[in-house]
Amino acid sequence: MSMTERARRKAEKLDRLGELAAARDDERGVSLWQEAFRRLRRNPAAIVGAVILGIFLVVAVLGPFFVPYGPTDTIGIREGLVKSGQGIIPGPSADHWLGFDHQGRDEFSRLVVGARQTLLVGVVSTLIGLAVGAVIGGVAGAAAGLGGRWGRWVDGILMRVIDMMLALPSLLLAVSIAALLGAGLDTVMIAVGLVSVPVFARLLRGSMIAQSNSDYVLAAISLGVRRSKVALSHVLPNSLAPVIVQATLTLATAIIEAAALSFLGLGNPDTAVPEWGVMLADAQPYLGIRPALAIYPAVAIIVTALGFTLLGEAMREALDPKLRK
Amino acid sequence: MFRFIVRRLLQLVPALFGLSVLLFIWLHKLPGGPESAILGERATPEMRAAIRENLGLDEPILVQYGRFMRRLIRLDLGTSISTKREVTTEFLERFPGTVELALTAMLIAVALGIPLGYLAARRRGRFLDHVSVAGSLIGVCVPVFFLAYVLKAIFAEHLHLFPSSGRQDPTINATRVTNFFVLDGLLTREWDAAADALWHLVLPGLALASIPLAVIVRITRASVLEVLGEDYIRTAEAKGLTERVVRNRHVLRNAMLPVSTTIGLLTGGLLSGAVLTETVFAFSGIGAFVADSISHRDYPVLMGFIMIIAVIFVLVNLIVDISYSLIDPRVRVR
Repeated sequence: MSMTERARRKAEKLDRLGELAAARDDERGVSLWQEAFRRLRRNPAAIVGAVILGIFLVVAVLGPFFVPYGPTDTIGIREGLVKSGQGIIPGPSADHWLGFDHQGRDEFSRLVVGARQTLLVGVVSTLIGLAVGAVIGGVAGAAAGLGGRWGRWVDGILMRVIDMMLALPSLLLAVSIAALLGAGLDTVMIAVGLVSVPVFARLLRGSMIAQSNSDYVLAAISLGVRRSKVALSHVLPNSLAPVIVQATLTLATAIIEAAALSFLGLGNPDTAVPEWGVMLADAQPYLGIRPALAIYPAVAIIVTALGFTLLGEAMREALDPKLRK
Repeated sequence: MFRFIVRRLLQLVPALFGLSVLLFIWLHKLPGGPESAILGERATPEMRAAIRENLGLDEPILVQYGRFMRRLIRLDLGTSISTKREVTTEFLERFPGTVELALTAMLIAVALGIPLGYLAARRRGRFLDHVSVAGSLIGVCVPVFFLAYVLKAIFAEHLHLFPSSGRQDPTINATRVTNFFVLDGLLTREWDAAADALWHLVLPGLALASIPLAVIVRITRASVLEVLGEDYIRTAEAKGLTERVVRNRHVLRNAMLPVSTTIGLLTGGLLSGAVLTETVFAFSGIGAFVADSISHRDYPVLMGFIMIIAVIFVLVNLIVDISYSLIDPRVRVR
């Protein structure tokens, strides 16, 4: 074998190795989230959920600028078209796409403006629940996973508190918070948010304890990294996936619970701002005359909640390590 | 098993104690005590003080708590501020209705949910599977009170198939024994009274069952799917066992553990839903009474209610834990 032949073979081998390394780099370059996103795009349920949410977001953000009538404008009564007392509430027409509500206001405009309110309540209350739950669950999870005997003690106390919160019926908890703060939009958001605290706390704690048992945590602690730093920059970021999925699902329940509180009369007392739950509650006396007034906001609530649920469930599947190939 | 149950019940004591302390402090921090609810906005400070003194609310909170505990040991929950009746009497009258409603809903949810979830898993990817998955996703998204109104409008007001409100036809002069109307009818052999009470439970029970049903279908389906992938199922089928035996002894038995955990956790939500359902159907249970008590700052009622809820929650979860060892003999309760 000549020298040149040998050199050529060696060069070939190196090229091959380089290719292999490049290919492996390619694989390594796909993170958990990218992989999850790739699988999400292939799931029809996720697409449907995302489309619903996309429409909802556009309507909530831009809709109020384009509505044909003011949401508080009692135009139907002014024009003498609506006489709720006599049971006259006209339905859809060319000028008023979904007809009027019992106070002669344009139903379509109220529905569109109400989307923004619903989005606001859903997002803010979920963020409240997420923030409080993540702090409690994070402390408990870090204490239980990394904190030794004292840690288990702290964890035990925090979890008993969470168990008590779980034991209380969520709606009664919300009602009593509403009694504490008085009826209003803030109340609804705080009450609905606090109700979801135990779920977030338990999830994050469980996820952090599971992560604390992995090899990279052992490695970091063996290298002498401080436990607080391990908890914050190693365990916590790796434990967030189920919490984010839960936040998506909680947005759906938050919207429904907020509607329930409005239905019980604990919602925003300022009726100038339309809200789907209030619209649904207001429509009850007129069910016999025009049931559609209840059906529009109800369908809006159901479809929006369904969008969040579909996307959340699809995310859960996409991030599930058991299903990953 | 007996020691396990006793120990779990004993653990209830410190938990209830902690809960009662927290609640007592929290409730008494609520702004505007019962005197505002009784007197309204325009009461003079003297009138307020008189009422607070009358109710014993002027004393230090520790004294009040001590009095509450002394009564609690004798199972006396005090007197309701708004109705002036014994709290225990009020509860004995109203709790049975809610319990009947919740049990009906849970029965419907379990009786429909487990078979549906099983069939969906068995026919994975087929029509029934898609329908039950879609149905369970939509089911959790429908507000309970809206569903209650729809059921009431269609089946009670339009088709007149079911009564639209109440727990029993008032023209039936039924004898009361336990205030569980169905049970009373059976005990006193007043069959028409029992049937009528049962009839009144159908619509609110269905409305309340919607969310537990959706959850149970989903959990059962996921759990059955996991079990179906196990080697022992293939073995059981390979050795020629009939489908019925494989289903009952192998699949369902192994798939029931997560389902029974979920059933335990659904209890709290069921009681929340009961408040809404009872409101729509004018069903005289505990829900509306407690909601009113919050706005009246009726401390004895609220304290008593939450203590009882906590006991119920612990008992339900105890039953769930015991059911584990019945479902799966490898799980030994300790």
